[in-house]
Amino acid sequence: MIGIVDYGVGNVRAIENIYRKLNIPTLRITRSEDLDRVTKIILPGVGAFDHAMSRLNESGLREALNHTVLKLKVHVLGICVGMQIMADSSEEGVLSGLGWIPGTVRRFDINKINNVPKIPHMGWNEIIHADHQLLNSVDPNSGFYFLHSYYFDAKYEESVIARAFYNHEFDCAVNVDNVFAVQFHPEKSHENGIQLFKNFWDMK
Amino acid sequence: MLRSRVIPCLLIHKKGLVKTVGFKDSKYVGDPLNAVKIFNEKSVDEIMVLDIDASRNGSEPDYGLIERIASECRMPLCYGGGIDSLEKARKIIQLGVEKVAVSSAALSDMTLISKLSKVLGVQSVVVVLDVKKNMLGKYEIFTINGTKKFHLSLDDVLVKLQEVGVGELVINSINNDGTMKGYDFKLAGKVRDAVSCPLTILGGAACYDDILALVEKFRIIGAAAGSLFVFKGSYKAVLIRYLDKSTREMVRKFSHPEE
Repeated sequence: MIGIVDYGVGNVRAIENIYRKLNIPTLRITRSEDLDRVTKIILPGVGAFDHAMSRLNESGLREALNHTVLKLKVHVLGICVGMQIMADSSEEGVLSGLGWIPGTVRRFDINKINNVPKIPHMGWNEIIHADHQLLNSVDPNSGFYFLHSYYFDAKYEESVIARAFYNHEFDCAVNVDNVFAVQFHPEKSHENGIQLFKNFWDMK
Repeated sequence: MLRSRVIPCLLIHKKGLVKTVGFKDSKYVGDPLNAVKIFNEKSVDEIMVLDIDASRNGSEPDYGLIERIASECRMPLCYGGGIDSLEKARKIIQLGVEKVAVSSAALSDMTLISKLSKVLGVQSVVVVLDVKKNMLGKYEIFTINGTKKFHLSLDDVLVKLQEVGVGELVINSINNDGTMKGYDFKLAGKVRDAVSCPLTILGGAACYDDILALVEKFRIIGAAAGSLFVFKGSYKAVLIRYLDKSTREMVRKFSHPEE
């Protein structure tokens, strides 16, 4: 069963809907005990970094998540701000992140973007990706739906499994060990998104 | 490369999908859920669903219908109609909708926009302005499905919205609605110059060339349309359709002319 962390941040419903169509069971994680019942975890997120981080801290799930992910090595997938809070820190906030994937979340430099609107980076964009299980059979040209003003800047090149281009290249999918994360919204990205969720479930 | 968004806009009236002309003469088009399923298959960029009864009747949004639509959507969904409080907006977001659109209620109380942004995140708050050109060529804002003229000018409202900060602004041309005469470029340009947020233009697109012309001029923009994606031919036979592959490629190219 896939657990979706429900801490009041992110579109849990949309992810559940896709897994329901795929006949893969899901569980909303609201208490630490729920984590014992799942074999994979999804950490969604939208909005501001500090807001997401404080909601996660208040949920009482942080310690149990750390244990499940770092000690038990259960596969986890972060989405959008759920990805960003896996970094060490963010230029958007003052709270520290989970530190699961070494990196810093940075703001797009609006002085260098010549289209209007400059931020958010919103809409469909292509990705350039490495050969990686999470991105198997994904069509890089149709791409994914993005909506964000800050981006993940991974500390180590080898953590990066996909990049997208918005004024400059940025890391849009990362992986270290059992921790996976994407900046775009697979739950709103048609066939590519469904494929990614299926890949995450199929991963051994 | 980021592509401009091309967005079918669906109007809900008495639980059915309709299309209007000049905000009047609504014509029944079909079942909204069925339309969403077809738009899924066509991999549309985004979808906008506006309930044209809710604000006029002062009724609650139809949460059951919104939930069913949201659970079908494999693309971002914006819902508008009857949202006049944080509670209603939050309830709709919890049903799995990405963006809520406010219009009449936000104009009468701009603090609603900041209240929604604070709790839902600014990216989820969309403001729709229904705009009509008067006989002197001046743009005026109307509320409640184009029936009530708003006391502030378009320019003044744009200044206020720029101050408050909105996630996205949708400009709906009442004159061009359902006419399939093309977008009002003058109106689009005026608004683009006044605000820095993401902008979507609605009203008048007759063919894919109209969409391409808008993208060619403004590069990164939302091009929304109703009739174009639900009718075909001069007799307006109902046919749900979306951009073909080559038009999509053109949208991509026009979004970044310098590449």
